[in-house]
Amino acid sequence: MEYQMHTQQAPMQAPNQVHSHNHWSPYVDTGGTSLAIAGDDFVLVASDTRQSDGFNINTRYDSKAVELSNKTVLATSICSADGKRLTEVLEQKAQLYFHKHEKHIGTKALAQLLSNTLYSRRMFPYYVFPILAGIDSDGKGAAYSYDALGNMQLVTYIAFGSASALVQPFLDNQVGFKNQRGADSSRRLTREQAMMVAIDAFTGATERDIYTGDHLEIYIVDANGVHKEVRELKRD
Amino acid sequence: PNSGFKFDNVKRNQLLNDKGFMVPTATKTGTTIVGLLYKDGVVLGADTRATSGTIVADKNCRKIHYMAPNMYCCGAGTAADTDFTTEMISSQLALHSLNTGREARVVTAMTMLKQYLFRYQGHIGAALILGGYDVTGPHLFTIYPHGSTDKLPYVTMGSGSLAAMSVFESQWRPGLSRDEAVEMVKDAIESGIFNDLGSGSNVDVCVITKGDVEYIRGYSQPNQRVAKEQSYRFPAGTTEFIAPKTRTPAEEATAMDVSA
Repeated sequence: MEYQMHTQQAPMQAPNQVHSHNHWSPYVDTGGTSLAIAGDDFVLVASDTRQSDGFNINTRYDSKAVELSNKTVLATSICSADGKRLTEVLEQKAQLYFHKHEKHIGTKALAQLLSNTLYSRRMFPYYVFPILAGIDSDGKGAAYSYDALGNMQLVTYIAFGSASALVQPFLDNQVGFKNQRGADSSRRLTREQAMMVAIDAFTGATERDIYTGDHLEIYIVDANGVHKEVRELKRD
Repeated sequence: PNSGFKFDNVKRNQLLNDKGFMVPTATKTGTTIVGLLYKDGVVLGADTRATSGTIVADKNCRKIHYMAPNMYCCGAGTAADTDFTTEMISSQLALHSLNTGREARVVTAMTMLKQYLFRYQGHIGAALILGGYDVTGPHLFTIYPHGSTDKLPYVTMGSGSLAAMSVFESQWRPGLSRDEAVEMVKDAIESGIFNDLGSGSNVDVCVITKGDVEYIRGYSQPNQRVAKEQSYRFPAGTTEFIAPKTRTPAEEATAMDVSA
């Protein structure tokens, strides 16, 4: 009669392989969410202002969006340190452009400049998924979305950050009119409609994402310049 | 069958892990829970947010569990573990009370809980605050997942425990009145709700005195959702369909074919 000894064994691992479970990372995810909606003659950018670290709040008010000119706004996400540095670098490059060409950099050029700047750090990336939104040379609203390495896409709407998985499907339905039988998918939102969608996207995200909340900054960019609004969000 | 946990799947899970399949995380309650002894008894408090990773799974869950008519228990850690463990010992307490012909004592519940949790060597993630009033007076205990216990006049547990304890350490003193005690518990839980991302929504309170329990669900509700900017009601016919098929309830009940 054979009997088996049931001893607990360590999980099977290939011999000579190092499995390190402790590794320091230079990147910190400070949370928060951003979105952009492009209209016919305007573009809306909205970001919450909570900066977190794990289960702690660093601050309830840290701007994630910056006006780069009177025609463009840049919104960052994920790593706030890299976001701030990226903004600084981009601002300096825009200044250099102005001195070289004797005119302010346009939205399209700035969009490409951002893509190139991100890719220049391909081997130690800016841990940022930026959104660049502005008015192009024809006066139309344009929003560009990027990944951390600089892949650029011109979009009608986009959401990035900790609650992107919650907000993006909502925008797909309410801005892109997806999964709606008979809806006119070429229709663009008005300023007021975009505002309502953005606000409701954020109050909804705040309910279910622990990293989104505190305050909401909304920028509307059009031919008249940049208009900023700040609203309250839940603080729990 | 052998008692205790079965570890047969450890090897299999590690293999799946290496191939890229991640085990789903259990719902944890994030949580701020507190307990405090005052002049006439014990006050328990808890927030009402349950998280699954960084998503809020339940905005208004109950974390103060019934143990006995004179005893309640707050639970932090893995939600399923706190629910099942408190329910199990509550059931055992009821039988014990019938067997002895006496009202249950807090130390009895504490001993049952700690011996159960120690047997599972910390694998049952239940961190509890047990409070009650029995023949020997009011008592307050904390019980940790590995089975250790503390007997203290004021306690906090959960991810928001540091925020809550900072309130107690600045304000607690012996001989508090009932209103002072309840306010302090509310302040401590709210400190967790606003400063800890794992805690949120409302404050539940439970006041246990000699011969009486007051369970106040939603004692404080500082996080009501604002009205939405517009209604998102969809008109009938919005959902896309490929081919419609209508059946009456009678046909549905007798239908054998469910494919088309």
